[in-house]
Amino acid sequence: MAVYFRKREVVVPGELLAEGRYRSSMGTYDEKGKIYSALVGIAELRGNTVKVVPLEGVYIPSEGDLVIGTITRVAGNNWKVDITGPYGASLHANNALRRPYDDDISRYFNIGDVIAAEITAFDRNSGPFLTLKGRGLGLLAEGMILDLSPAKIPRVIGRSGSMINMIKDKLRIEAVVAQNGRIWIRAPDTSTLNLAIKAFKMIEMQAHTSKLTERIGAMLDQELADMKETAPKLTEIESEEEARAPVNAEPPEEEPEPLVEEESAEEAMTALAEEPAESEASDEELAPAEEAEVAKDNDNTTEEVIEE
Amino acid sequence: MGDYSTEVISKIDRDYIAGFLDTGKRIDGRAPNECRNTEIEFDVVDAKAEGSALVRLGNTAVIAGVKVLLGEPYPDSPDQGVMMVTAELQPLASPLFELGPPKEPAIELARVVDRGVRESEMIDTAKLCIKPGKKVYMVFADVYPLDYDGNLIDASSLAVAAALHTTKYDEYKWEDGNAVLTGKKLDLPLQNSVVEVTVSRIGRHLVIDPSLKEEMVQDCRLTMAVDKNDKLRAMQKGGGSGPLTLDEIERSMTMAIGRAQDLHKLIKETIKARKKK
Amino acid sequence: MSPETKPSFLINPEGLRIDGRRTDEIRPIELKVGVIKQADGSASIRQGKTYILAAVYGPRELHPRHLTINDRAYLRCVYSMATFSVPDRKRPAPSRREREISMVIANALKPALFLEDYPRAVVDVFIQVLQADGGTRCAAINAASLALADAGIPMKSLVPAVAVGNAEGKLLVDLGDEEDKYGGGDVPMAMLGTTGEITLLQQDGSFSKEELVEAMGMGVTAMKYLLELQKEALKRAYTKKVAIDGEDVDEYEDDLETDLGEAEIAGEEDE
Repeated sequence: MAVYFRKREVVVPGELLAEGRYRSSMGTYDEKGKIYSALVGIAELRGNTVKVVPLEGVYIPSEGDLVIGTITRVAGNNWKVDITGPYGASLHANNALRRPYDDDISRYFNIGDVIAAEITAFDRNSGPFLTLKGRGLGLLAEGMILDLSPAKIPRVIGRSGSMINMIKDKLRIEAVVAQNGRIWIRAPDTSTLNLAIKAFKMIEMQAHTSKLTERIGAMLDQELADMKETAPKLTEIESEEEARAPVNAEPPEEEPEPLVEEESAEEAMTALAEEPAESEASDEELAPAEEAEVAKDNDNTTEEVIEE
Repeated sequence: MGDYSTEVISKIDRDYIAGFLDTGKRIDGRAPNECRNTEIEFDVVDAKAEGSALVRLGNTAVIAGVKVLLGEPYPDSPDQGVMMVTAELQPLASPLFELGPPKEPAIELARVVDRGVRESEMIDTAKLCIKPGKKVYMVFADVYPLDYDGNLIDASSLAVAAALHTTKYDEYKWEDGNAVLTGKKLDLPLQNSVVEVTVSRIGRHLVIDPSLKEEMVQDCRLTMAVDKNDKLRAMQKGGGSGPLTLDEIERSMTMAIGRAQDLHKLIKETIKARKKK
Repeated sequence: MSPETKPSFLINPEGLRIDGRRTDEIRPIELKVGVIKQADGSASIRQGKTYILAAVYGPRELHPRHLTINDRAYLRCVYSMATFSVPDRKRPAPSRREREISMVIANALKPALFLEDYPRAVVDVFIQVLQADGGTRCAAINAASLALADAGIPMKSLVPAVAVGNAEGKLLVDLGDEEDKYGGGDVPMAMLGTTGEITLLQQDGSFSKEELVEAMGMGVTAMKYLLELQKEALKRAYTKKVAIDGEDVDEYEDDLETDLGEAEIAGEEDE
């Protein structure tokens, strides 16, 4: 029984990590009782499980994941959605709109639109398939999208949402953190937005380190204090007024508007607007498994709201 | 739609870039008339090419290599050497580039950079003749983008200019019906210097040296070849079908001439620094 | 245009080669990781005067769709030489030689990759030779291995490669351009670093069986050394990324595992 790596040591593919009665987990493979690294990353031993945590990685879809995608094509009753990574997603109109809906579904969501969606199905042969039916799902407008490595998202969320909640509370921003590495951010002004971006990028670079939540919190406190000293009051007031302007969602050209779309957009806005006030974990910050359950529970409730 | 792909850019990105511009800034923090950090590196490949230069423009990187070969002159210019710029958009440089023969964006890149060099008469092709009608020098400047983050034209033309300035090739003389080595090394007969400068129009804003994201949302761009005497030698409107007003064109020219002066200075300084080594 | 003349000898009376190397010595090597920002993974190699870039994109969606494989990713390698990489300017279009080398490189790398992890996707490996001075396909494989690791493609092993040959009665390791051109034979090789299994083998010229076996043995020794250089280049690049100021390394295990603990448990349920 032997382990051949040290704490915090970078290991490379083909490097012998352990031999004896150890279990090979992600980022490793075993051959004849020996466990080797399959990736460049940091090797970890938990109990008798050996894994290698990669520093990068593409997004591989998983059922129940919340993803942020860009619509790239309209094909019949489906939208093709780019969710980054090697697997393009499909969203069927039945999972986004209330029937009856128009033949030309581009009237509801068109190329370039950004949506927060959930993965309903994905396996080796087909998919992933998406749905917009769920709390917090729908069209995203305004704000900006930050692209991070998907491997770092658990750290951005933190244990029970501790990291993301802290950031939202301190900065008073709206944010949707998606499993495919994308973060949608809406901030009251540019300096706050830049600060949020700085925090997320810092987490991405230091995701593998300890006491990160503390360090991010300290950095934000420091920067906010500096900003208060230097920022002229007028600018902040103007920015707040801009933020309160109506959502710039593009309306379809003709009637009737699909109720589902409006509700989704409103739900997204309502759900998001509630964030700064609440410090309890809300849907966006739950770990994926828990989030899928909440979405499933809410499905019935959502449909009832629509039919009113 | 960007220059080199059918990649879809999201509405959020589009609005975000436009929103920033409305406040007088660009998403990478630059002012509209500000260019990215520009570096020229020589001698990256000095064993097989007669001249070369690697240019970094922000995160865009392009290498230009110069080969000087012997060949026959074109029939309609028997006492002139030959000069040509080519470009290959290898998929190594960007997820947006596809395998296959050069498509219009690659062809436009090569022809625009070529036009600048040709129209400015940067190389005195009369001095590239060894024996009229029989043997001339042929100068190929071949451009390979290595990392694409917007504005390949400007980076490529700067690399070509820098490479041509530092090219050294074997001298030949005509003896008994053959071209024979003299053993001497020559510099290219340069009588001018030219760089391309690109200004993008996004909404009603003009921004110089567009980054990749800016190129993808631009309405169009204007590329201008400016020589070392501040003269315009070639222009190309491209990168989208949006129109330009005469005022926007004039403002773009002013921006381009200013930038070209900086670039001509940069070329001089980096060559001087290289000689010192 | 610079004419290349045959050197008067490839091995001097002291047994040294034209660049001063011993017969079993490889050229000076410089490996860098992460040199192309747009790529998912990348690396550059200077091996003597040979200078090559490798970029990996993937796993990503594959077009044209008819190339997709149901149960694994498709590995696509393209080896391309810049026009100015050789003394007689090379025409830009892909030559037959480049296409054959592309295939040979793909076959050298494939056994090292866990392509089953990404069905229907493609892993693209693009190799650009900027300066060719002998041994380009082997140098390309050395760089491509690093680029694949840098891209996070799961691999059984890194893949080192080297060309051995013979000239004027001596067996040589890591042939330079003149040795390849004017020598007696060229044997490019690549192997899986972990098991020593050979994944690339070609040969030209003339060897007796014993000479060839001995040459390949020299190749394996050289590749073991190259493997260490590859590992070191990766570790160097990534250790930089990993080092953070103001962090208490002793507290690492407790905090990191609890912070990531619950989010990761959710992920591990899928295993």
